[in-house]
Amino acid sequence: MVRNESTLLNMVLALIVITVVAGFSLGYVNDITLEPKAKAKLAKKMTALERVLPDFDNRPVSEILLVKVEGAKDSVEIYPAFKEGAFVGAAVVGASEKGYSGLVKIMVGFEPDGTVHNIVVLEQKETPGLGTKMKGEKFLRQFRDRHPANFELKVTKDGGEVDALTGATISTRAFTEAAQMAYEEFVKNKELITTTDR
Amino acid sequence: MAKPIDQQQNFFKGIVKENPVFVMLLGMCPALGVTSSAFNGLGMGVATLFVLLMSNIVVSLVKSQIPNKVRIPAFIIIIASFVTIVEMVLEAYIPFLYEQLGIFIPLIVVNCLILGRAEAFASKNTLKSSVLDALGMGLGFVIALTVLGAVREVLGNGSIFDWKFVSEDANTLILFILPPGAFIALAYLAILFNRLTLKTA
Repeated sequence: MVRNESTLLNMVLALIVITVVAGFSLGYVNDITLEPKAKAKLAKKMTALERVLPDFDNRPVSEILLVKVEGAKDSVEIYPAFKEGAFVGAAVVGASEKGYSGLVKIMVGFEPDGTVHNIVVLEQKETPGLGTKMKGEKFLRQFRDRHPANFELKVTKDGGEVDALTGATISTRAFTEAAQMAYEEFVKNKELITTTDR
Repeated sequence: MAKPIDQQQNFFKGIVKENPVFVMLLGMCPALGVTSSAFNGLGMGVATLFVLLMSNIVVSLVKSQIPNKVRIPAFIIIIASFVTIVEMVLEAYIPFLYEQLGIFIPLIVVNCLILGRAEAFASKNTLKSSVLDALGMGLGFVIALTVLGAVREVLGNGSIFDWKFVSEDANTLILFILPPGAFIALAYLAILFNRLTLKTA
C-alpha cells in the first residue's frame, strides 16, 4: 500500500477535498432535517400546551403574545386559550437562569382567575436523579389548583410554601422563580389576552 | 499486510479482551457523564457506535489517499462530520434523546475511542476488518455504558429503563446518580469484568 507522499500540494489537496465533501454532506443533511426539526419543536410545544391548559378549541400557537421583560434575555411567551369564544386560560413560559446548571424553562397554565392549572418543564439541565425530578408528578402535584396569591411561590426554607426536591433546593428555587415570573406576566397582561381580537 | 486477521477474534476483541471502557479505559467522559440511567447509556452507546462505524469505513477507504502528515486533522474532520450528522438526525427524529444527552453528543468528536480506532486500526487495515473492528468496539462500548447506566439507575433511582420497582417515596442511594457514584460504579464494574475475563483468557 503506497501512501500519498506528504508534499505540500498533496496535503493541501487532501484537506481541501475532505473539507469540501464534509461541508456538502452536512449541508445536505441539514436541509433534509430542517423540516422534521421544526415539526418536532412544534409538536413538543403543542403537547405542552395541551397538558397545561384546560380544554380549548383555538390555536394558541398562532395567537401567541410576546412580552418584553426587563432583566430577561428572551421575551416572555404567552399563549391564550379560548373555548367557543370564551377565555378559558393562558399558558405562560417562565424562565430562570438560577438553576444548578443554568437555564430552567417551564410552561405554566393559568385559569382565568390566576389559579395554576398545570405546569410542564420545557428545558432544564439539572442533575439527573435530583433536579430532574422537577418533571415528576410528585413535585408538580403541589402546584395544581393553587392560586399564587395565597400560595407563595418560594421554597419553604425561604419562607414560601413549595416543598423543595430532596438534594435539589437550588433547582427548586429556579423553578419557583420561573413560576413566579410566569404568574406576574399573566397578571400584568391579562387584559390584553382575554380579548379575542387584538 | 503481514498476515491475515482472524475476523472472528477481530470482532470479539472489542467486546471482551479489549473492551474500550472496562479494559482500555477509553471514552471515559461520556461513560461517566451520561450513564445516570440505562436508557441514556444505551442511547449514547448507539450514537457512538454509529459514528465509530462510519468513520472507520471512510478512513479505511481513503487511507491511501491521505498524506501521512495531515492524517490526524483529516480523521478529525471525518469524525466531526458524522457527529454533526448524528446530532441533526437525533434532534429531528428523537428529540427526547437529544435533550437527554445534550452536550455529550457534540463531544463524541473528542472521544479518544473513535480517533484511536481510526488511527490505530482503520488507517492500517482493510475495509472488512475495519467494519468488524468498529462493530466489536462499538458494541463493547454500548454494552459497557448500558450496564454502567443500569447499575447506577438501579442503585440510585430504584428503577431500570425508567421502570420503577420501588415506591415513589423510597430512599435510594442518590450517590450513584451523582458524579462520584459514576466513578465508584465504574471502578467496581471494571474489577468485576477483569476478574471474570481473566479466568477465560
